[in-house]
Amino acid sequence: MGRSRLLSKVNKNILFYSGLIIVLIFVALAIFAPYISTHDPSFINFDSVFLAPSADHYFGTDDLGRDVFSRIVYGSRISLFVGFVAVGISISIGLLLGLVAGYFGGFVDLIIMRFVDIMLCFPSFFLILAVIAFLNPSIFNVMAIIGLTGWMGVTRLVRAEVLSVKTRDFIVSAKVQGIPSWLILSKHILPNVLTPIFVTATLGVAGAILTESSLSFLGLGVQPPTPSWGNILTAGKDNIMFAWWLSFFPGIAIFITVLGYNLLGEGLRDILDPKQ
Amino acid sequence: MLNYIARRLAGMVPLLIGITIICFAVIHLAPGDPAQFLSSMNPKFSESAHEKFVKLYGLDKPLHVRYIDWVKRVAVLDFGESFAPDGKTVMEKINERMPVTIYLNVAGMVLIFFIALPLGVLSAYRQNSIFDKSVTVFVFVGFAVPTFWLALMCMYYFGVVKGWLPISGLKSYNYDQLTTLGKMWDIVHHAFLPIVLSVFGGLAGLSRFARNSMLEVLGEEYVTSARARGLSETRVVFKHALKNALLPVVTILGLSIPGLIGGSVIFESIFSIPGMGQLFYQSVMARDYPVVMGVLVLGAILTLIGNLVADISYGLVDPRIRYGKK
Repeated sequence: MGRSRLLSKVNKNILFYSGLIIVLIFVALAIFAPYISTHDPSFINFDSVFLAPSADHYFGTDDLGRDVFSRIVYGSRISLFVGFVAVGISISIGLLLGLVAGYFGGFVDLIIMRFVDIMLCFPSFFLILAVIAFLNPSIFNVMAIIGLTGWMGVTRLVRAEVLSVKTRDFIVSAKVQGIPSWLILSKHILPNVLTPIFVTATLGVAGAILTESSLSFLGLGVQPPTPSWGNILTAGKDNIMFAWWLSFFPGIAIFITVLGYNLLGEGLRDILDPKQ
Repeated sequence: MLNYIARRLAGMVPLLIGITIICFAVIHLAPGDPAQFLSSMNPKFSESAHEKFVKLYGLDKPLHVRYIDWVKRVAVLDFGESFAPDGKTVMEKINERMPVTIYLNVAGMVLIFFIALPLGVLSAYRQNSIFDKSVTVFVFVGFAVPTFWLALMCMYYFGVVKGWLPISGLKSYNYDQLTTLGKMWDIVHHAFLPIVLSVFGGLAGLSRFARNSMLEVLGEEYVTSARARGLSETRVVFKHALKNALLPVVTILGLSIPGLIGGSVIFESIFSIPGMGQLFYQSVMARDYPVVMGVLVLGAILTLIGNLVADISYGLVDPRIRYGKK
């Protein structure tokens, strides 16, 4: 009885659980990278250049004889780090602007939402590349830029939530009692808009990981020798004629990770919002 | 209707101003005096380029004067000269590259629309069927797969292993000797992989959206009433439901333009296609700032126009939008 109920619960939230498992595996990979990797990820060995996958090198070796499996394991740290920091930035900005726009309305709202519209006009990848052209490509710039160009959706979402929460009785009564705006915002409104933010944040991590890997792939993101999935793929592209493993495995790693966060996000949405 | 279009156009003005301000701000991102900073950081940045940069952006003048001067030039699409040794103007370079990117993106968008729509509509109509579930799986895969990686894999498999498709460029080197038919085939042949891959990238989002839009419409009362009147299912679905489900899809297609243009950077550099995306990438790598700014401004303006067209066509077919409160 108990078991079948548990099973049906898992089955119902299959998206959430499969996403959670994938995400946890990659988090573990990032944390325990030194124990999981089989070789030193930056050890250059010209005697073992372009070795095909084998029992010693699970995913083969690259153009400098480095172990691809170990580099991918360490690369998961970069992806995780970039994903979380970038999303942290975009959620903070989006939350702040959305709360202010939705709560105060009027002119402030108009200005903020116009700003959102303007930012949405830019092909975000173009904007990111243009900014990187003026700054220098580094992991910190990449995180900051991905975060700074990704807050618009959050702002719209938060604003819409605030607009609907604002008219409820408990907020009206708080206003009547003369509670200051910032207290109403942080104590009464914020907790009510957080739930949908979780979903957006989870999906955002997926997007940030994809963007980081594309940037690193183009040579404009995380710079070698720091291993990132994107810059391993750059070497893969240059040697695609004879070393398929160099392209294949990092791509699979990106795919599974992004899939994991997407599944988790969609699963969360189903759980948090039963009406859909 | 004219009133509606006029309102839309007026709404664009603040957006245009905002776009120029942001682009202008990007130029000034480099810490300290940008020209000084660049010349010290980048050995490729020659003395003459330094002077060009100072002159082009009037770095010796106050900020607001600089901005207004810059906007005046941008208004007539004068982005100055490229830093590259060929000494062409930015607009010359962009004009050379623009048609290819537009051709690829329009072809991609048309295909995305005509594939995603039936996928979405059918999976909404047969909700929870095996078809619906496989489309959902496909959507998840489509969202998660890095398209540049997929491009690499396809290039390797179809180009290197099988040798069916050319892996780079837009034309064969013997293009000029081909017959007209041969030329057409050659172009299609070369564009096949890039277009298929960009379609794949856009398909997931749009088909999901079409599905949700159709699901919503199928639940409306007028659909139930059409069924109750005994209309055939084909009539209900195609005549009554689809028409209304289509509208939001068109808007989303308009909104997906920036994504497609952004994606062209990756596809064009992977497949060596001489379009705007490749030009942009090369300019970023070479720090050819006038070109970077030109492409950025034009990309944003193209997006704006795309949204406007979507808005207007939405207004054309749906009077609720035209006479709506806003």
